Amino acid sequence: MQRKARRKLLKRQQSIWQNKNAWFWFLLPSFLGVSVFVLIPFLDVIRRSFLTAVTEEWAGLHNYQIIFANQAFQLAVKNTVRFTLVCLPLLIGSGLFLSVQLSRLKEMQLIKSLFLFPLAMPAATVVLIWKMFFSRQGFLNGWMVGAGILREGQPMDYMGTGIAFWVLVFSYIWKNLGYTMVLWLAGIFSVSADLTEASRVDGATERQCFWHVIFPNLKGSLYTITILSFLNSFKVFREAYLVAGSYPHESMYLLQHLFNNWFVNLELDKMAAAAVCAGTVLFAVILILQRLWDHEDM
Amino acid sequence: MKIKYSVQKAAVKLSLLFLGAVFCAPLLFLASGSVMSRYELGESLLPLMTDGENLITWRFFPLYPTFEHYRKILFQTPQFFIVFWNSMKIVMWILTGQLFIAVPAAWAFAVYPFRFRKFLFTMYIVLMLMPFQVTMLSSYLVLNRLSLLNTHGAVILPAVFSTFPVFLIYRGFCDLPKGLMEAARIDGAGEWTIFARLGLPLASGGILSAAVLGYLEYWNLIEQPLAFLEDQSLWPLSLYLPEISLEQAGYSFVASVITLIPAVFVFLSGREYLEQGIVASALKE
Repeated sequence: MQRKARRKLLKRQQSIWQNKNAWFWFLLPSFLGVSVFVLIPFLDVIRRSFLTAVTEEWAGLHNYQIIFANQAFQLAVKNTVRFTLVCLPLLIGSGLFLSVQLSRLKEMQLIKSLFLFPLAMPAATVVLIWKMFFSRQGFLNGWMVGAGILREGQPMDYMGTGIAFWVLVFSYIWKNLGYTMVLWLAGIFSVSADLTEASRVDGATERQCFWHVIFPNLKGSLYTITILSFLNSFKVFREAYLVAGSYPHESMYLLQHLFNNWFVNLELDKMAAAAVCAGTVLFAVILILQRLWDHEDM
Repeated sequence: MKIKYSVQKAAVKLSLLFLGAVFCAPLLFLASGSVMSRYELGESLLPLMTDGENLITWRFFPLYPTFEHYRKILFQTPQFFIVFWNSMKIVMWILTGQLFIAVPAAWAFAVYPFRFRKFLFTMYIVLMLMPFQVTMLSSYLVLNRLSLLNTHGAVILPAVFSTFPVFLIYRGFCDLPKGLMEAARIDGAGEWTIFARLGLPLASGGILSAAVLGYLEYWNLIEQPLAFLEDQSLWPLSLYLPEISLEQAGYSFVASVITLIPAVFVFLSGREYLEQGIVASALKE
């Protein structure tokens, strides 16, 4: 009797799950959520980008014209592009260099963890430390004076001048170097040991072995590291905002600040147009990188 | 030649160790600051507050180490507990939600060759790559419609449906041998049974990776609560900490250390999964 009931239950379960449509039920909750929270509202944002903010009348490309003429927008775009162009090569290059050095050491695990640690430090806990380092009375000025680079009594104002941009760059590198190194190391070790061994037996030096055997195999890693570093670059807003607030020195005023300030002032029409622009540009960048990568692969 | 080589190697090792230690130095500052007496802290940081010509000084080993700030925060500052639990609550709800939403979705993408699979998956990847600022307005509109603004739901719900964990866990499921599932099917196991009995245990590494990366990410939330939580009593630690003024530096140091403890714990115990997760986040299908 009991067995019969169980078999019946089993059969019913199978009728739900054992068919070609099981994927539908697995995917449904996630897809519904994504639609409700991201996809449908984003369509609404696209619609709004062509309307006026308050009366919701058709405005055509007016919002787009406004943001492109907006000085804050121009400044933010310029800074964001500059930040990306400076940070990405710096991070990816230094990450590769350090990983290659690290891959030959026995203490790799320990050192890798040291570099990865900043990932675990919430931005809020480093704010105080950053202030202690980079303010006019901070450690950095102390060391500069000690090293004879700066004269005593003439401290540099890091956060109030163009150097603020480089403080931000430093902050980004500090946070993401470990992440990048983990990815590079995974790439380096996925190159088969036989291959590198063979090249060494054939008399290749370490340098030749790297440039001619390992490096050509790292192109896949390069693509993924570029994309992920690019995305993480947007998160630098956390440190920037917490250290310098909504209106930092103009050299580090990023798109993220602008979006935040527009949001606070409820300038939704501008936000809509800017979100559509930023989304489109990002989408294009991702597609182009993917194309490049697919091409390389063939 | 050989000696020169090993000297070179030792030099590389030392400089890498040194650089790594520098990367972790903020931890030392926080730890030493948290046990400094109020008087000593005031003396050290005075130049920051007066904006004078003097530079700040620091002792990594305080003259009179004390736990007064710890005692104060743990026994006399109920506000801190509220904020701490806000953070915990937000992170735990997000991770639990993701477990129920993202894991099955990842399974669907990894196991079934359905019709719009490629298209949907590409869409998930694109969404995962969009920064918060691009989707900020859309989130605001929907949260406003659902009257979730200024509640923890405004931070939790959008994060639960983040597509990043789907992608990470998907990588874990893809590594499972297809033959295993076929064998289970032939033996009469239903799709749900295969998922729960085979998929989940075998891909638990991928799920843990997503959880570790997720924990570190959501413990550090700034943008979302800043935009969607007006009420300060709802704020998480990550937003509340910087509000503490420099005059209360001792409080600030201790609060930072306490904020760090769970993150460091997750980091140390999940380091292996963290690295796996980072490697899996590399987009290569």
